[in-house]
Amino acid sequence: MIKTLFIANRGEIALRVIRTAKRLGIETVLGVSEADVRSAAAWLADRVAPVGPAPSAQSYLSVDNVVKAAKASGADALHPGYGFLAENVALARACAEAGIVFVGPAPESLEAMGDKLMARTVGIAAGLPVVPGGEAADKDAARARAEETGYPLLLKAVSGGGGKGMKRVDEPADLDAQIDMAMAEAQAAFGDPRVYVERFIASGRHVEVQILGDGTSAIHLGTRDCSIQRRFQKLVEEAPAPNLPDDKRAAIEQAAVRLAEHLDYRGAGTVEFLVDAETFDFFFLEMNARIQVEHPVTEAITGIDLIEQQIIIADGSPLSLTQEMVRPFGHAIEVRINAEDWRKDFQPSPGIASAVRWPAGAGIRVDTHIFDGGEVPPFYDSLAGKLIAHGKDRGEAVAKLGAALGNFALAGMETTAGLHAAIAADPRFMEGGVDTRFFGEFAHG
Amino acid sequence: MKGDLPLTPDDVNAIVAILDGGQYDRLDIRTGRFRLRVARSEDGPDGEKGGWTQQWSLEDDEPVAAEAEAAASEESEIPEGMTAIRATLPGTFYRAPSPGADAFVEVGDMVEPDTPVGIIETMKLFNPAAAGCSGEIAEICVDNAEMIAAGRVLMLVK
Repeated sequence: MIKTLFIANRGEIALRVIRTAKRLGIETVLGVSEADVRSAAAWLADRVAPVGPAPSAQSYLSVDNVVKAAKASGADALHPGYGFLAENVALARACAEAGIVFVGPAPESLEAMGDKLMARTVGIAAGLPVVPGGEAADKDAARARAEETGYPLLLKAVSGGGGKGMKRVDEPADLDAQIDMAMAEAQAAFGDPRVYVERFIASGRHVEVQILGDGTSAIHLGTRDCSIQRRFQKLVEEAPAPNLPDDKRAAIEQAAVRLAEHLDYRGAGTVEFLVDAETFDFFFLEMNARIQVEHPVTEAITGIDLIEQQIIIADGSPLSLTQEMVRPFGHAIEVRINAEDWRKDFQPSPGIASAVRWPAGAGIRVDTHIFDGGEVPPFYDSLAGKLIAHGKDRGEAVAKLGAALGNFALAGMETTAGLHAAIAADPRFMEGGVDTRFFGEFAHG
Repeated sequence: MKGDLPLTPDDVNAIVAILDGGQYDRLDIRTGRFRLRVARSEDGPDGEKGGWTQQWSLEDDEPVAAEAEAAASEESEIPEGMTAIRATLPGTFYRAPSPGADAFVEVGDMVEPDTPVGIIETMKLFNPAAAGCSGEIAEICVDNAEMIAAGRVLMLVK
């Protein structure tokens, strides 16, 4: 049994993991950078352990620092959260060498899925359909790939996630400049400058499936739709994916389970698909071998604590759930309240929060680390909190979300809350099933 | 590190449910460890009952160490006849588009308002920094890869 859990992350997800660990009677040790010593998560953890200075490259992204701190703390397990080192094979291996349980999949699964190119290969081997494209080591290779895929195309970081290093290129003339920026961002964010080229599907929806596996068998916890994105970062997520034909939904869920079982996957994971908004044909994109930012919408409709499931599986137990035991109820929508000025092209707006009034009440959940006096520092990403509304059906969830956003208040920084209120009131969003173009159209007209 | 927070999000929703059925519109709980204010917001325009909000503060012995950085960025005066290029964002300032590449500008270069002079990495995103004025770069006031506050003088232009 895990007795002491080291949390190698920060912000709302650190707090989220601490809450479940406490409920399970597990002691928590939070790794903190110098910028996070006074964070809400540090306040709530049983103990804190320094992992380095504020810049993440020297703290949350340092495998050495993190593992040293975890070892020194006497922790017997480590939860990596999302982002940072969550899918880092070196961390998983270093934990194993230090005798610490890594709360995540086996290094082999991380290897197979951590690299988007390898993920494609594995996806094909598991019998999943994929989008045309391939790796581009330099500009010449990118041009050659672009010939195959045509324009518009997407440049993606091979080691990427969260939209970092991802660029859409509409014309050949833009390719050189965009590939420089994409490679620089990929290098800075992931320490790996490699990018790959993929055909851009115009009317696509981003649909993903939450899965749980114990290394032998796997189950799914249904779909999520994350089509509302800007700069390829998710803004709004909901479960289940709305307005999908039943047979297509079942096929997508089954494909996700097939991939998990093909990998002998252990832990919680998300299999992402691009779904053609008109034909509902689907293409496997990648698998995220970690807990996702948007996991609460699945928790809301299934009543299953995914962090708890991660810990149970990491402890070596077989799945305690069967597919039949997963009985989703209603509809849930999450919006990301980011510290950004959405009226100024989402310019980052770090700062110290005051007069923070988060919504509360039946069907409302808030995952945040930002209370009065809480800081969103400039070193990390801009997420200030997540607001999740759950209703008996999608209409009720949308109405609750809109009302809750109307009650939200926060001073000290700009946030995306006003943007979400406008989205929640948009007729296309209210109808459901918008594609990834929705946000661009919404924002520009 | 003060340890246990005795109220979970579910507890807060339970408190709201109790208040919602009664006559009170606000609850203010203050302990040695935290303060929680639960309040009903203004009623909606159609006479419908307002929703609820929760406001938390975590009590701490020491004041929040936040002003320190602002004070540290105290700057010398801008010399007569010079214009300052200031950072529009806090973050890490880079003088070149990628490691090893030439700097965007050097002392003596002429700039126009839209000439890129650097990149500021904030929240893991690269934000181009433009000169915002015309003239000749007279001084570069920050080092490459230096952490800067918003408003910091990056360069002087004459």
